[in-house]
Amino acid sequence: MNPAARTLLGMTTSRSPRAITATGLRKAYGEQVVLDGIDLDIAEGTVFSLLGPNGAGKTTMVQILSTLIGADGGDIRVAGHDPAKDPDAVRSAIGVTGQFSAVDHLLTGEENLLLMADLNYLGRREGRRRAAELLERFDLVDAAKRTPATYSGGMQRRLDIAMTLVGQPRIIFLDEPTSGLDPRSRHTMWQIVRDLVAGGVTVFLTTQYLDEADQLADRIAVLNGGKLVAEGTAEELKRRIPGGHVRLRFAVPGDLERAARAFGEVSRDDEALTLQVPSDGSVRELRSLLDWLDAESVDAEELSVHTPDLDDVFFALTEKPGNPTAQVTTAQKVNA
Amino acid sequence: MSSTLSRPLSRPLSDSMTMLRRNLRHALRYPAMSISVLAMPIVMLLLFVYVFGGALGTGVGPMGGAGGGDTDYIDYAAPGIILMAATSGSLAMAVAISVDMTAGIINRFRTMAISRSSVLIGHVVGCVLQTLVAIALVTGLALAMGFRPNATAVEWLAVFGLLTLVTIALTWLSAAMGLVCRSPETASNAPMPLQFLPFLGSAIVPTDSMPTGLRWFAEYQPYTPIIETLRGLLMGTEIGNSGVIAVAWCVGLTLVGFLWARAMFKREPRH
Repeated sequence: MNPAARTLLGMTTSRSPRAITATGLRKAYGEQVVLDGIDLDIAEGTVFSLLGPNGAGKTTMVQILSTLIGADGGDIRVAGHDPAKDPDAVRSAIGVTGQFSAVDHLLTGEENLLLMADLNYLGRREGRRRAAELLERFDLVDAAKRTPATYSGGMQRRLDIAMTLVGQPRIIFLDEPTSGLDPRSRHTMWQIVRDLVAGGVTVFLTTQYLDEADQLADRIAVLNGGKLVAEGTAEELKRRIPGGHVRLRFAVPGDLERAARAFGEVSRDDEALTLQVPSDGSVRELRSLLDWLDAESVDAEELSVHTPDLDDVFFALTEKPGNPTAQVTTAQKVNA
Repeated sequence: MSSTLSRPLSRPLSDSMTMLRRNLRHALRYPAMSISVLAMPIVMLLLFVYVFGGALGTGVGPMGGAGGGDTDYIDYAAPGIILMAATSGSLAMAVAISVDMTAGIINRFRTMAISRSSVLIGHVVGCVLQTLVAIALVTGLALAMGFRPNATAVEWLAVFGLLTLVTIALTWLSAAMGLVCRSPETASNAPMPLQFLPFLGSAIVPTDSMPTGLRWFAEYQPYTPIIETLRGLLMGTEIGNSGVIAVAWCVGLTLVGFLWARAMFKREPRH
C-alpha cells in the first residue's frame, strides 16, 4: 500500500502504540506464493480482521505472526519483537486459538487450564484461582471435571480460548474462531471478543464470515491471491462498491420485458425473471416503484431491498473472472 | 513483560516436569496402551516357556550349552524376554508422540514461551518410567514361573541399569520414528524392527544354531551383546566384552535417537 492510500485510510492519523506491524511480508511454498508482500499496521487494543476466501493465506499469516513458521521476507514486529529473532519474547506476549481445537482431549477441562497455569509459572494457588475464574467466565463450571470429548463444539472452543487466556496475553490470534459453531455459540464468541478488547487486548481475527468482521472489527483487510486487496473500516469498504438496489422477480417473461423497458438500463436476469433497479431503499422510492407497477398492471411476484454489505465488497474484491454466480448469490437475501 | 522476568531459570526442567505429569496422567487415565505394552512380553514369556519351551529347551540344552547343569529353558529365555519388555514400550512411545504431533495442542505448545524440548522430554521420561514398570512386572512373572537367576544384589543393580539404558535408547529412537510418521497408524508400525530384532539374536535360541549369514548378523546386531550381558549378570554365563559393547550401543543409539528426534521436532509444522 502506498503512503497516499495509507493516509487516505486514516492509518497514520492515530499515534497509539502498534501491536503488530509488517512490511513486505512474503511466504512461498516452493513455486506457490502464499503471501506476496503484505503490509500490516495494527494498533493496540483494537480488533483487526483478516478476511479472505478459503486458501487465501489467512492461516499462513497467523502461523507466521505467532512464530509457528518463518516468513521468507519482510520486516515483522509483534508486540515490538521480531518473531524470527526473538520468538520467545513474541510468544510470551501472544495467545493463539487456531482453527483446530488445541485442547488436550485426554485431560479434563480443569486439568487443561491447570496445565496452562503450570506452563505459565503461575504457582499452585494462583493457577487454581485463575482456572476457577476462567471456568466461571466461560460457563464451563459444570464441565470442569469432564474431558473435552463430551463437550459441544461451542464448549470446546470456549475451553480453547480460556486456555489461551491463562497466560494473560496482550495480543490474541483467533483463526476462524466461529467456524462450525451454531448461531448461539457464535454470538457467545463475539461477546468474548468484545470483552477481551474492552480489557485492552489486541485481537487478530481471521474469518470467512463477513458479518463477523462487520460486527467485531475496527479494521478489516481483505486477503486475496496473496495480497491485501483492500483495507479499512467496514464502512470504508462498503463505500467502495456501488449503492443498493431493489430486486424484482416476475412470474412471466412478459412482465419482465415490460418492466425492463420502462426502467431502461437495469441489470436483468432472463432465467430467474429478475430485475435489479438501482435504489437507496427509502420508503419514498419504494412507494413510487410500487405505484408504477400498479399503474401499469405489471405483476411482480417478489420484491427485495438490497443495501450493500460486506458480502458485496468481498465478492467484488475477490471475484474470479468467469465466476458470475457470486453476484447473484448475494442478492438472495433481503435487507429491509 | 514482567512475568517473563519472574520465570525461573530452570525453565526446561520445570516445563519437562509439567509435561511428564501430563503424560503420566494420560497413561493412568487411559491404561489401554500401557496394558498392551505389558501384554506383549507376557504373552512371549508364556508362549516360549509353556508352549515352545519343551522342544526348544531340548535343542538349546542346559543354558544353551553355556552354563552347564540342569537348568530349565526359562533360565535361557527369560533374560531375552525381559529385554523384549524393554522394547515393547517403543511402540507406545511412537504412537503417543505421533498422536500429540497430529493434534492441535502441539501448536499451542509451539506458540508458548516454554522450553521446546520439554514436550519431547516429558514424553520420553514418561515412557521410560512406564517401560521400567513393565520390565519389573515381567521379571516378577518370570521368577514366579520358575526363573532362578543366581545374581547378587550388585548384579541385579547392573541388570536394572543396563535395561534402563536400553529403554532410554529405544524410547528416543521410537520418539524420532513417531515424529517422522504422518499418522499414528504408521507410527504404530514404525518401531516393529526394534521389537522384532531380539528374535534374530540370542534371545530365544543361541546364535550357533543359526545358518551362517543370519548368525553373522545375529552376533553383530546390538541386541545380542545386550542379551548376553543380561544373561551373564543373571545366570553367571560368560560376559566377555559384551558388556562394553552393549553399553556403547545404548549410548550411541540414544545419541542418534535424541538428535534425530530433536531435528524432526524442530521442523516447521506441516500445512
